[in-house]
Amino acid sequence: MSTAGYLSLTDADRQAMLEAIGVTSLEELFEQIPTGVRFDRELDVPEALTESALVRAFGELADRNADTSRELSFLGMGIYDHYVPAIVDAFLSRGEFLTAYTPYQPEMSQGVLQAIFEYQTAICELTAMDVSNASGYDGTTVAADACFMAKAHTGRTKIVLAETLHPMVRQVVKTYAPGFGMEVVEVAHDGGTTDPARLAEAAADAAIAIFQQPNAFGCLEPAPELAAAAAEGGALPVAHVDLASLGLLEAPGNYGCAMAIGEGQSIGNYQSYGGPHYGFLAARQEFIRRMPGRIVGETTDLEGERGFVLTLQTREQHIRREKATSNMTTNQTLLALGGLMTMCWLGPHGLRELGESCLALAGYAKERVGLPLAFERPTFKEVAFRTPIPAREVVTRARKHGVHPGYPLGRDYPGLDDVLLVAVTEKRTPADVDRLAEVLAEVVA
Amino acid sequence: MQLIYEQSRPGRRAGRVPTHGLPVPALPPELRRERPPRLPEVPENELVRHFTALADRNFGIDTGFYPLGSCTMKHNPRVNERVVSLPGFRDLHPLQEDEGAQGALQLMWELQQILAEVAGLPAVTLQPAAGSQGELTGLMLMRAAFADRGEHERNVIITADTAHGTNPASVTMAGFELAKVATTDRGNLDLDDLRAKVDERTAGLMLTNPSTLGLFDEGIEEVASIFHDRGALLYYDGANLNAVVGRSRPGDMGFDIVHYNLHKTFSQPHGGGGPGGGPVAVRAELEPFLPSPTVVCAGDTYRLDHERPKSIGRVRGFAGPFGVFVRSYAFMRAYGPALKDMSEVAVLNANYLLARLKDVYDLPFDRHCMHEFVLSARTLKREHGVTALDIAKRLMDHGIHPPTIYFPLVVAEALMIEPTETETKERLDEFVDAMRSIAAEAKDSPETLKDAPLTRPVRRLDEVKAAKQPVVRYAFDDESARDRIESG
Repeated sequence: MSTAGYLSLTDADRQAMLEAIGVTSLEELFEQIPTGVRFDRELDVPEALTESALVRAFGELADRNADTSRELSFLGMGIYDHYVPAIVDAFLSRGEFLTAYTPYQPEMSQGVLQAIFEYQTAICELTAMDVSNASGYDGTTVAADACFMAKAHTGRTKIVLAETLHPMVRQVVKTYAPGFGMEVVEVAHDGGTTDPARLAEAAADAAIAIFQQPNAFGCLEPAPELAAAAAEGGALPVAHVDLASLGLLEAPGNYGCAMAIGEGQSIGNYQSYGGPHYGFLAARQEFIRRMPGRIVGETTDLEGERGFVLTLQTREQHIRREKATSNMTTNQTLLALGGLMTMCWLGPHGLRELGESCLALAGYAKERVGLPLAFERPTFKEVAFRTPIPAREVVTRARKHGVHPGYPLGRDYPGLDDVLLVAVTEKRTPADVDRLAEVLAEVVA
Repeated sequence: MQLIYEQSRPGRRAGRVPTHGLPVPALPPELRRERPPRLPEVPENELVRHFTALADRNFGIDTGFYPLGSCTMKHNPRVNERVVSLPGFRDLHPLQEDEGAQGALQLMWELQQILAEVAGLPAVTLQPAAGSQGELTGLMLMRAAFADRGEHERNVIITADTAHGTNPASVTMAGFELAKVATTDRGNLDLDDLRAKVDERTAGLMLTNPSTLGLFDEGIEEVASIFHDRGALLYYDGANLNAVVGRSRPGDMGFDIVHYNLHKTFSQPHGGGGPGGGPVAVRAELEPFLPSPTVVCAGDTYRLDHERPKSIGRVRGFAGPFGVFVRSYAFMRAYGPALKDMSEVAVLNANYLLARLKDVYDLPFDRHCMHEFVLSARTLKREHGVTALDIAKRLMDHGIHPPTIYFPLVVAEALMIEPTETETKERLDEFVDAMRSIAAEAKDSPETLKDAPLTRPVRRLDEVKAAKQPVVRYAFDDESARDRIESG
């Protein structure tokens, strides 16, 4: 018997089972593999570790990372160091949620099905939409999903993306678009935000126009005007939004968007070097049968009691195959449940306070950091500053003082090499911002 | 039970947020939210009770045996949850400089090495978020490779009639045309049908091996030749890779592109639907097309490489679902070379169940199976009116999660059973006893099966009603919202 891993058969079990099968050795079971494709040597992989040795080895790897508990961090740009409530850890580690599969058998899965129904409700409330799916992979792929829906709905093939939409979201849409038979056009920013007239022009014959609020520079777009500009020529207006902003900022459904999409990480997920997190996709009622992925619906059982099931499954790949609205099967349910728990923990007042806390700290940073603003636009929790030396160099120098000052936008935007995007969350304090200001002053001097 | 929204009372709350005593700048009035979202107002103790009650109404592997075919519901080691929660992993920002993420990058690099060894293919991307996104990535790689060779006419992907639904759906999303190949009565691909269908328009094959019938394709070498001789490529759907680790490698079978399901073979818990992880490995010739960025190693320094001019582009944000990588890598390190034993025991357990059930259920393909097998309830249906669905529902009353049913589509009344390697013989025997007693019940009291389940928190649910008048969010007491939803 193997001494490694997670196996449980004894030698006696093994013998009894081989006898029941009617073979004398395990080898007979593997005879169906043609001899030419059998693998005859030992796998060349590192030796097995016991549990305690494994924890030690992983601890050593983890110690080689500068996480946000070791470095005072102002990194954002799509992933944020918001507080994750203790109930999230407590319940996402419950085996009944953690170790369940997709709820194909509803009578075994009422807990997760009801939780997803509650999640869908929360996402609809935050975005002012009618229908939400049970989650997408992340904030990038939901944008591709929205494009696929828009093509089916409008019969058009052009995708319009504001340049101020997160660069990774744009990259993923560009990767998917050729397979959808769609083409992508981008609208340049004008002083940090998108000009509605330019968007209207680009979107005149488009299927969809996607903009981000707050945008990738931290600026607040004139979102209602952008939605109207997209809709003018018949394109579906879609806002990519931050859930953490929606206690303060107007919801996309209230300014004419057809869909609201985004990265859910800021509500209920750790940064985790980029994943796993949850993408959300919510839409107006008319899109319900074009939605990708799982959707939970309410129903009743034989005795008339309320219960929940996966519904509208004729949209999905396991029923509809090549005619499905998406190939998605695995989604991000557990992470979305972290989002639900956090939204419940915050409640409407907490969500508003969270927004106000970010808005206030960002305002404080504008006062305290002695650098000019890159864009004269209202902001939410991120502020772009001009740096007198390349922003990448600012990052390198500041990190030597134990402060990660933010994201150098020049990594994605040629011409913005001297722009540093500073993000705050409610976890930072005025004293942290003072420290940032002090370090920035020193390293640019 | 109540929805959390039904427990809400104005003025209650759980969390408190630091406000820092700073003035809050004014927002432009046209951007300001007017009506707050109706999130529930509930104290923390009631939130805890609510989610405890929901957990009690859910069933995971931790609750009991879960032989859901093709889903590989094996034990999820708890140490994986411990290491993924280390602050150095959990609180690491994905845009941290490479120099500040050396531990994470090293872990990803080492994971890639093991995945490459297991598949027998040298180049790996970790980026895809799940198996189905891995499939789509694989198809995009094929398109890029053929475009690079100037072979733009290759636009047809062939899949087996036993394929997962994701295969044809991925083909559509990637903009290819679909062709299907039949299965022989031994469960192998029909080679004559295949030869007739592969031509200069063929881009490639998507195949699960062992198939969704749990059978290794005995003609796989010939299959590979048919495609390679015509210049086409082979894609390996890794959903069933857990059957052959250390025993046979997709690269050696002739596959050019492989995806792995980290949440199946390498134990990432599935969380009630996700997350997953769908890394993709390819032959060296296809490496330039892999998504950007990739993880590269120079000496003992690791970095993300974004300079990839031939890359298909990015398929997901950042470098992939990192937490999934930590857990899967921990799983691999706990086994070491004994990963082979994992597959062997998975195959032994499946064959044991098959041997003990084949006299009471129909067995459409009478061969030794690999890690899973497909039974049929067609005789029970014909003679007693009892369906695969009824059997599945009755298993619930035995405290066992049902197998996958009605899949693959080529088997009527299919029951697709995958025990995985982690179960004890006693658990397997309990399942056999339950399945045999249900088969007996089907003859003696079929109405009991029609009534099942009798012991779950709800009785059998009306799925038709749910789809006919979809109610997909709580309507609060706002009648207009409910009307709007129901009229959809």
